[in-house]
Amino acid sequence: MRWPGRMAGEVLRHATQKPNTVNYPAVKVEMPPAFRGKLRFHAARCVGCKLCQKDCPAGALAIEKVGEKRFQAVFQFDRCIYCAQCVDSCNKDALESTTEYELATLDRATLRVTYAPEPPPPPPAAEPAPAAPAAANDATPLPSAG
Amino acid sequence: MSSSLLSLVYVIALPGFLCVGGLAMQFLDRKVYARLQHRAGPPWFQPVADSLKLLTKEEIVPDGADALLFRAVPLVALTSAATAFFYVPLWGQHALFAFEGDLVVVLYLLTIPPLCFFLGGWFSTSLFATIGSVRTLTSLFAYEVPLFIALVGPAMLAGSWSLSGMTVYYAAHPLRPLANLLGFAVALVALLGKLEKAPFDIPEAETELAGGTLTEYSGKLLALFRMTLDVEAVVAAALLSAVFLPWGLGLWWPLAWALSAVKIVAVIALLALARTIFARMRLEQMVLFCWRWLAPAALVQLVITVVLNGVLPP
Amino acid sequence: MSRVTIPIGPAHPSLKEPESFNITLEGERIFSAEVKLGYNHRGIEKAAEDRTYIQDIHLIERVCGICSHAHSTAFCMAVEEVAGVTVPPRAQHVRTLVAELERIHSHLLWLGVAGHEIGFDTLLMYTWRDREPVMDLLAMLTGNRVNYGINTLGGVRRDVTPEHLAQVAQVVDVLEQRTLYYAELAETDVTLRQRLSGVGHLSHDDAVRFGAVGPTGRASRIDRDTRRDDPYLAYGQVQFDVITDDHEDVLGRTRVRVKELLQAYRIIRQVIATMPDGPLTVKVPRKIRAGEAIVRYEAPRGENLHYVRANGTDRPERVKVRAPTLANTAAVAKMMEENYLADVPIIVAAIDPCFSCTDRALRVNADGASEVLSWRELRARGIERYRREGVDFGDLNARLSRQLSARKG
Repeated sequence: MRWPGRMAGEVLRHATQKPNTVNYPAVKVEMPPAFRGKLRFHAARCVGCKLCQKDCPAGALAIEKVGEKRFQAVFQFDRCIYCAQCVDSCNKDALESTTEYELATLDRATLRVTYAPEPPPPPPAAEPAPAAPAAANDATPLPSAG
Repeated sequence: MSSSLLSLVYVIALPGFLCVGGLAMQFLDRKVYARLQHRAGPPWFQPVADSLKLLTKEEIVPDGADALLFRAVPLVALTSAATAFFYVPLWGQHALFAFEGDLVVVLYLLTIPPLCFFLGGWFSTSLFATIGSVRTLTSLFAYEVPLFIALVGPAMLAGSWSLSGMTVYYAAHPLRPLANLLGFAVALVALLGKLEKAPFDIPEAETELAGGTLTEYSGKLLALFRMTLDVEAVVAAALLSAVFLPWGLGLWWPLAWALSAVKIVAVIALLALARTIFARMRLEQMVLFCWRWLAPAALVQLVITVVLNGVLPP
Repeated sequence: MSRVTIPIGPAHPSLKEPESFNITLEGERIFSAEVKLGYNHRGIEKAAEDRTYIQDIHLIERVCGICSHAHSTAFCMAVEEVAGVTVPPRAQHVRTLVAELERIHSHLLWLGVAGHEIGFDTLLMYTWRDREPVMDLLAMLTGNRVNYGINTLGGVRRDVTPEHLAQVAQVVDVLEQRTLYYAELAETDVTLRQRLSGVGHLSHDDAVRFGAVGPTGRASRIDRDTRRDDPYLAYGQVQFDVITDDHEDVLGRTRVRVKELLQAYRIIRQVIATMPDGPLTVKVPRKIRAGEAIVRYEAPRGENLHYVRANGTDRPERVKVRAPTLANTAAVAKMMEENYLADVPIIVAAIDPCFSCTDRALRVNADGASEVLSWRELRARGIERYRREGVDFGDLNARLSRQLSARKG
């Protein structure tokens, strides 16, 4: 006759082992380095081609021009599905995924993140700057992207 | 203190103590269950937190239900389970109250909670609750008879229908409880049915019936029903340890008390182990199992007891 | 004995996703069952027409959480076929590796769910504990535990390093031991067999008639597996067995899935050993030339069909997804006959239902006419239809507020 309770040996052996579950949030689990968590934007490398914006399945990011060859990215992390398609679409490595995954919040405003570029360096101080180099620095309008 | 005043103190204090003990045993059961499953398990205050949360929630009484009976049934269940505790000897050879036939009274009082589950489900007039309540009664027919027979065996050997009387007899003959071990096994398995634990937890099969008999209960009433299950577990474990493991009750009362606590904990841990390693049986499988294997085993125990009664000196 | 109809679903503790099963009972025995689908319909096929192919990869992947790679790969394969590109061999191997890892984690999940449905929570905890290394592997390889996003049009987005492959091999070795234990448990544990054996019987002829696919069909001796019959990705280059079973009940489906786990380990070992070098993607233009393609993929639940029609723009004209659970659900009503109420959860769970995959809309015009309905008109049409059936949703909000104020007053 087959006795019921085949798992008894296995189960009793595990009773003395350290449990497999951890007491989150007291103990946190680290994600591997390749994890697709919250995105980070390097404004210095962005050229404003807006391919990331075009390829985003969720419409979660918008690239805005804030100055001469300077762009900022406006993210809506509540819309983002963390697929990292924008990371792949960017040819200039301006976007990368971090491993941050604890993004739950009670305030939606914290999920609307704008990554702005560094402020431009101050102009060279009070020298009689020759007119010609200054003219070369004038912003020529960029070709409209997209 | 006069003895009637002492009794009054006991009667008022003991149910509260029983509830605390019930919660502690629920924690033990859940922790053992979790550790056997290689999980961490709940913290020690989890049953307390659950009960407090339920007590603060809204009670919803279904339209078709009789409001008075719907509310009274959990209270009756808890009361009868707690009352049964008065007759179980735990810290001495005599329980709080003892008389010839108190074993039968204890068994009767322990049958009332499943009946109250049935009534609660029936009064709910909800589809799931009705099916669950019918299942409660059907499983009652399955496990009750083996449980009674198994508990009657030691009483027959001791020649007494009182739990306290049985304890006195077994203190005088310390080796004779070993003849009751088959009955102990039968009683443990039948107890799984009374406490609605796997493999006999069909009445409250959450994956089939969304709550079974307790589907429509909420708030304080659900807290009372859950407390009934916990208190029933403690009382039944105490009953089993007093009937089948009656050693050490003649010692000085704190020691006997501690030993009884250890026995109760051991019984609850065994029940938790059983919960872990068995899948849930279907209703007709459970009935077949109880009548095909459990009841005959109890009868075998009874035959052994009768033979021993004729053979052994009193 | 009078008959009672009880509703299992749409919201029920035993169902992981909403679908409606109306069971008519005589006592505890099931007399008949009626299956109603559509509670998880999200309009994905329509949404896919509004998005570019690149965006659609991620949309189609989210048809399901457990078989996400199945849908994403099938969609990519269909688009690649229309565009006429050949995916490089290394990408095929990586896709196969992720596909088999997905099959492993899906079958282990199913074992746990089956245990939970029959009240054997210990099996649930153990199998899901064993599933965690697989999820960690997938997170390491692809960047996420579910919805892997490893596919792109023309190949895969990430590479696998030899260290990754070594870790995969290690985990597979451990899991093989665990799976052999579960196989033995399914054969020898008495309470498990009592709940699984003889339950949900589906004869071979009925399975063919209802079109059961995947492990559900293979447990009724239907010898079909798209990986062998119509090889795709790297399946043409690896050896594996197609598991069939002649029990024709839930126990058979359990055995098929456990043995498929063992075959999956075998396939993964071969894929790792024969991983070719080479590029990871091939260039696919943004605008796909006109054409249509249909692709079959063996998802963990059975044969998954994707149809894509392109019209030369960068958005698809039509995307159709036929998930395996749709083919299996028709058989569920038949399986439930002559069983007990207590078996309903395990019978439904035995087809490994993924109702997120299943619910697509089909518009049938008998006379070829077509019309465009505004949202208001569609709502009015629904209310009218239910009124004809005797249910009045017309002024439901007004009636409810009247009842509430009457009760308060």
